[in-house]
Amino acid sequence: MNTYEEKKQKKFLIIISLLVLLIILMFFTSLSTGIIQISPIDVIRTVFNNGTQRQELILFDFRLPGILLALLIGTGLAVSGAILQGITQNELADPGILGINTGAGLAVVLYIFFFQNRLDIDGFLSIFMMPISALGGAIFAALLIYAIAWKKGVNPIRLILVGIGINAGFSALLIIFQLKMDPQDFRQATVWLSGDIWSANWNFVLALLPWIVILIPLALQKAHALNVLHFGDEVASGLGTSVEKERLKLLIIAVSLAGAAVAAGGAIAFLGLVVPHIARKLIGPLHQFIIPISALIGALLLMVADMIGKNILAPTQIPVGIVVAILSAPYFVYLLMKSK
Amino acid sequence: MLANSKSLKILINFIAFIAVILSIGLSISFGAVHIELTSVWDAILHFNPELTNHQVVQELRLPRALAAALVGAFLAVSGAVMQGMTRNPLASPSIMGVTDGAAFALVITLAFFPTLTMFGTTFASFMGAGIAVVIVFVIGSLSAGGLTPVKLALAGVAIGTMLSSISSIISLHFQLEKQMGFWLAGGLAGTNWTSIQILMISGLVGLILALGISKSITVLSLGEDVSTSLGQKNMVTKLLGILSVLILTGAAVSIAGAVGFVGLIVPHITRFIMGTDYRWIIPSSAIFGALLLVLADIGSRLINAPFETPVGAITSLIGVPFFLYLARGSGGGK
Repeated sequence: MNTYEEKKQKKFLIIISLLVLLIILMFFTSLSTGIIQISPIDVIRTVFNNGTQRQELILFDFRLPGILLALLIGTGLAVSGAILQGITQNELADPGILGINTGAGLAVVLYIFFFQNRLDIDGFLSIFMMPISALGGAIFAALLIYAIAWKKGVNPIRLILVGIGINAGFSALLIIFQLKMDPQDFRQATVWLSGDIWSANWNFVLALLPWIVILIPLALQKAHALNVLHFGDEVASGLGTSVEKERLKLLIIAVSLAGAAVAAGGAIAFLGLVVPHIARKLIGPLHQFIIPISALIGALLLMVADMIGKNILAPTQIPVGIVVAILSAPYFVYLLMKSK
Repeated sequence: MLANSKSLKILINFIAFIAVILSIGLSISFGAVHIELTSVWDAILHFNPELTNHQVVQELRLPRALAAALVGAFLAVSGAVMQGMTRNPLASPSIMGVTDGAAFALVITLAFFPTLTMFGTTFASFMGAGIAVVIVFVIGSLSAGGLTPVKLALAGVAIGTMLSSISSIISLHFQLEKQMGFWLAGGLAGTNWTSIQILMISGLVGLILALGISKSITVLSLGEDVSTSLGQKNMVTKLLGILSVLILTGAAVSIAGAVGFVGLIVPHITRFIMGTDYRWIIPSSAIFGALLLVLADIGSRLINAPFETPVGAITSLIGVPFFLYLARGSGGGK
């Protein structure tokens, strides 16, 4: 038993260090690629304060915030997906499919619709208000789905079907409100909703950072409860876990992560679904391992997707949400065909 | 079943049909310029090209109202055929990626063959819709648990997202967002007499096909085993059924864009009223579907007047509660 755990621990450390290495590598690649090429050496020189003014401007004001934001959003969505899959005992759960992302999106659009025409979208206050309204929308969506799917308990299949329905309804409301906006707000909302992070600035990074820093350790702390819940409600309560209470706490963490991520990056589908699967394949079913690995894979994947979207058809920039969807939809289909 | 005698069924269908005609009249008279019903009547029967109102009716509002009725009828019949064939209460064109498939084909023709005529682009949408349905069906059927409602819905979501992502990339790269956005929002504002021609031709083929196999669909809806032991050729019925679905949704989607949930709700309502015989369900679905979409189209002009709201958003708002009800009941199972 002990040797097994030690082996796991060792494997976990190896995977983590490999992922961190990859992230650092891709981080610098990402910084140096773009319409204006900056060689990796120049990137490092600029980071250590020895670059030209132009290089500094490109790196610090344009590329770096976008890349950091991608890392944070990827982390948030992946961990949110891992938790949701754990508590619903459903391997196809994901904040996007369940309609939580759309709920957050709708709340932000409503916020822009009612308050924004007097405010500046890049203003400090409004950037901190957006995650909060997104969070409200995400929580509302989650509660609504849970309540409608509740019929003497929540059956995973019903939960997903209800989620798909809620998603469609919120999308319809989104369209109606978007069309009622004046043209400038409409454009802002559209750009934001298509899941793009290229208009990122430091304020967005600062707004998202506290959520990730606070919520990920909380999630890690709950990893044990998540392991128990994953076995099913009967086993969990047999092992002395108060199932509904733990599930509610974890749900709040997952929804908050998704809401904050959506507020900063728009709707990015499938990331939260696919990443936990990859993590589980790599390390097995224990959540104290799955959560950190998911976080790193999510960050890596979104950063790479962002880089692809910005460069593959340049000067056309493809929203990162679209790149993620194309990369991960086939994997989702594979999971779908395999699962019972 | 609400209507339990044949004469009652005929009566209900007749009343619904009159309601369709009336709502078409309403749809024509309502708009930026209000036109009295009497002059609508005049414009259709005694057309006078010198009157502006007659021009508006003939060139803009009549084709639009007719297109709404036809598109609604087609989507509803497609949904009825799909639900009957698969015995799946959630089967319907909108959740199976059909619209995204048609949009995908459309954006490809716009980007690479911009000189194509309206008939050409319509045909392309047909192909796109068809490809999406086939992929979703195949994925659903090949998966481990078989073609369950949830499998079908999820496969539709996945394939739909995939196709629409590729469409967005193409439209971003070739700067077609505006054209595509207009189409994707789902609306009947752009319809003209060519659209009606396209709808009429495909409708004739598709509806006759659907009616022709309606008896076999009734038997098939009892289960494949029953159907086989009664000496029915299931393969033939299914192929003809898929063909009629393709023709009808392809035509509807290519004219009106993304109009969701009509094909899901209407067959359920019709089954509730008419019972389980598809010889009744299919024609009644056509009438009820027409009524629903003509009314939704009027609503789309009222909700945010003088601007239009996409009719697809309205049908979704009506359809979602219904979908949730189904998901809690038969679709969710267990």
